Amino acid sequence: MSVPAHAGGASRVGAPPVVEARGVSKSFAGVRVLDSVDLDVLPGEIHGLLGENGSGKSTFIKVLAGFHEPDPGSGLRINGEDVPLPLAPGAFRDYGMSFVHQDLGLITSLSVLENLRLGTFSRARDWAIGWRRQRADARTLFEEFSVDLDPTARVADLDGTQRALLAIVRAVHEMRTLRGGARTGPGMLILDEPTVFLPETGRRQLFSLMREIAGGGSAVLFVSHDLDEVREITDRATIFRDGRLRATVQTSSVTDTELVELIIGRELPEHGGEREDVAPTAADATVVVDDLSDERVESVSFALGDGEVLGMTGLLGSGFERIPYLLFGAFPAATGTLRTGDGTLSLPAMDPVKAIAHRMALIPADRQSNGSVGSISVRDNAMLQVIDRYTTWRGLSRPQLARDCQETLDRFDVRPPIPGIAYQSLSGGNQQKVLLAKWLAADPRVLLLHEPTQGVDIGARAQIYEVVHDAARSGCAVLCASSDYEQLAAICDRVLIFDRGRVARELRGADITKDRIAHECYTLADRAVPAGPVGPTEGEGDG
Amino acid sequence: MTRTKNSEPVTDVDVASGRSGGGTVARSLAQRFSIVIALVVVVAVFGSLRPDTFLTTSTLQGILGSQAVLVVLTCALLIPLTAGDYDLSVAGVLMTSQMLVGVLNAQHGMNIWLVIVLCLLAGVVIGLLNGGFVLLFGVDPFIVTLGTGTILSGAVLWLGDSTTISGISTGLTDWVIVNRFLGVPLAFWYGLLITAGLWYFLEYTAAGRRLLFVGRGRAVSRLSGLRVTRIRWAALVASATLASLAGILYAGTTGAADPVSGEAFLLPTFAAAFLGSTAILPGKFNSWGSFIAVYFLVAGTTGLTMLGAQSYVSDLFYGGALVVAVCASRYSRRKEVRESGSL
Ligand SMILES: Nc1ncnc2c1ncn2[C@@H]1O[C@H](COP(=O)(O)OP(=O)(O)OP(=O)(O)O)[C@@H](O)[C@H]1O
Ligand SMILES: [Mg+2]
Repeated sequence: MSVPAHAGGASRVGAPPVVEARGVSKSFAGVRVLDSVDLDVLPGEIHGLLGENGSGKSTFIKVLAGFHEPDPGSGLRINGEDVPLPLAPGAFRDYGMSFVHQDLGLITSLSVLENLRLGTFSRARDWAIGWRRQRADARTLFEEFSVDLDPTARVADLDGTQRALLAIVRAVHEMRTLRGGARTGPGMLILDEPTVFLPETGRRQLFSLMREIAGGGSAVLFVSHDLDEVREITDRATIFRDGRLRATVQTSSVTDTELVELIIGRELPEHGGEREDVAPTAADATVVVDDLSDERVESVSFALGDGEVLGMTGLLGSGFERIPYLLFGAFPAATGTLRTGDGTLSLPAMDPVKAIAHRMALIPADRQSNGSVGSISVRDNAMLQVIDRYTTWRGLSRPQLARDCQETLDRFDVRPPIPGIAYQSLSGGNQQKVLLAKWLAADPRVLLLHEPTQGVDIGARAQIYEVVHDAARSGCAVLCASSDYEQLAAICDRVLIFDRGRVARELRGADITKDRIAHECYTLADRAVPAGPVGPTEGEGDG
Repeated sequence: MTRTKNSEPVTDVDVASGRSGGGTVARSLAQRFSIVIALVVVVAVFGSLRPDTFLTTSTLQGILGSQAVLVVLTCALLIPLTAGDYDLSVAGVLMTSQMLVGVLNAQHGMNIWLVIVLCLLAGVVIGLLNGGFVLLFGVDPFIVTLGTGTILSGAVLWLGDSTTISGISTGLTDWVIVNRFLGVPLAFWYGLLITAGLWYFLEYTAAGRRLLFVGRGRAVSRLSGLRVTRIRWAALVASATLASLAGILYAGTTGAADPVSGEAFLLPTFAAAFLGSTAILPGKFNSWGSFIAVYFLVAGTTGLTMLGAQSYVSDLFYGGALVVAVCASRYSRRKEVRESGSL
């Protein structure tokens, strides 16, 4: 362990750490997921928190938030003073802390405004709420952050990016308001994987906010799986492995290889992505999409071959992220047809039942509300698509189901591999693996992915790439809509770049690199008229 | 973290307890069987206070037999509840089918077996209507079934001319309450059978799993290719049909059809369903939990009445149990919400 004697960049020498964790442990049902963690976060620093999926990052954060009660023997000092554990719910506010949790902590049935004000409602003493004023205030706030959000919209109708922005604005704003109070100390902003849903511009903006906050003397704790991000923004970083603190390092003084080794305990296997430069012609392609339109996509046509991995990307609002959902019938298209091996389907009349009958699979980005049900067991979630295979004359063969599920969990390296636990008790990255397992179990012929590795650690990311390649090798046509250029570069044979609802560029072969994709996206956007407001809804009509 | 295959599996229960101090096996077992323990305690307390009346075979047999109606009605309700929908019309359906038995069999002398078939058909039709309003017009099932339930109780008063109809064929009463197996009226065994059947359906069939998914996550279910609308509709039809069966049993238990008493079933049904969801499979509506809950509630009210309490005590007891049960099952969810950073 190499805890440097002196803290990084902007931190104030002499001031006590904002947070000193001493021997913080946490067990769930006898399983220790955090094991005597000693962690200092100094005022004025941006502190990265890294580690594999399930290494305990979010659990640590939830201990700070007073949600989890740590095991006896844990100690916590804030601003140099011992605080009693567990922290009372909401007590973090008194210490000037504010959070963006991994699941964002928004209540989807309420409006943007109500969510924005939840914190204040719970403390305000006054009776009536001046809604009109509140709305106006919220508008000003969003303008100041140049975020395009309608205070009256329901959170359920927002897409992932908009939700993330809302949670971030809320936390930063709360942070500022709290700093007005006297006894809060410098305070700390805690961000648990805030960037997974953010487009590049949003990320830039978030980073400058973080710098501003740290510059003002507060601390920022920042969780991410993206090493480039961590390098760019953090002063120091702490690495968790298997619930233990492995090391705290000065970010500028470690190499990527060292970081990776600290995180996964071994070197990352080189990802061998042999790429064939064969674009299918409409004749031999498995899937041919013709003239697909809806309110934000205009007459998109493309072909997708057996075993091909086709990427789709673009800037926020360019419409690429709608394609998988439109093909799957998750929301209705205005026009378009889909030709597969066994016939032509009209996309306006598409629905998930039909899509599944044609052996299509959709892995949505929002696994919480569209992917799996948190309160149901991992087993039932993972086996939902194939449950009929387990029906015998005596009903479901539950032992068989459990065995196969166990096998799947082992194959996808889900940790912990216990079929009976509730889906929501898995860490974010492991939830993602279960979601992939669920759909691949159905042996799809067309695999539609949207941000398939969000929240997944670097080791598991390589595993998921492998899974996608395996599927492709066995003849599955894969479509991957993603704003993670590195990921696209790693897995795609071709990449379509969208601009204002249309396919504007096609990259293939050696052109597919992270930088080239980024370059294309931005040059397209620059030539465009200043982007209009992003459409308000990602209409997720259900039922 | 390291592989934890050999450690204590964390069940849904432990997760539900949110702010966990480490849910031990003992604690989760205690939660599972809380209601069984409560039942034993209630029986023991009243048994020792009134050994001569409460613990007699005839009292027990009476309770077991007569409450089968409530057991079946609760089973009916559990189906839409699992699918995420309230059905407030179950008591209305029960009254309708009981009154149909009275009118068709006692007044018009129609063959009892034919009457039973007609009653069940009536249930199917009511369920189809409920589902139609809910799913075609997109109205909240709570409102729709509140409406249809009220219409049905009105219709029953009108149909029965506001009087009690007695003289129901002994064919029915024999097969419900008079004939016994192991000393207990057949009605009890019917309730037991339906409870077991519903358990099997919810736990051991693919359809039962789908029903649960539809109840817990509509968007997830739709994107997983489940026919959400059809499944919810079917749940409402099943509920109304089972509720009709409960009405037939009720007619058979009392040997008569009266146009008002059925209304009193609504609250105990919900109390038993929610109370049952805190035990056996905590956090999940389940038929054995509700089965035991029914007998716990009845043992409580019967005991109190024997101690000389007024009849309103049963309302207090049922109402209290409903509030406590709903609070207990919601408690865990509130904690989840609290987690969300800003509360
Ligand atoms: N409520 C809970 N009940 C039981 N186990 C839990 C619960 N919450 C978390 N865990 C377990 O604790 C471990 C640590 O989870 P945590 O969410 O802290 O991981 P993480 O480091 O944030 O991972 P990720 O990068 O995937 O978000 C995991 O193995 C997870 O399954
Ligand atoms: Mg996490």
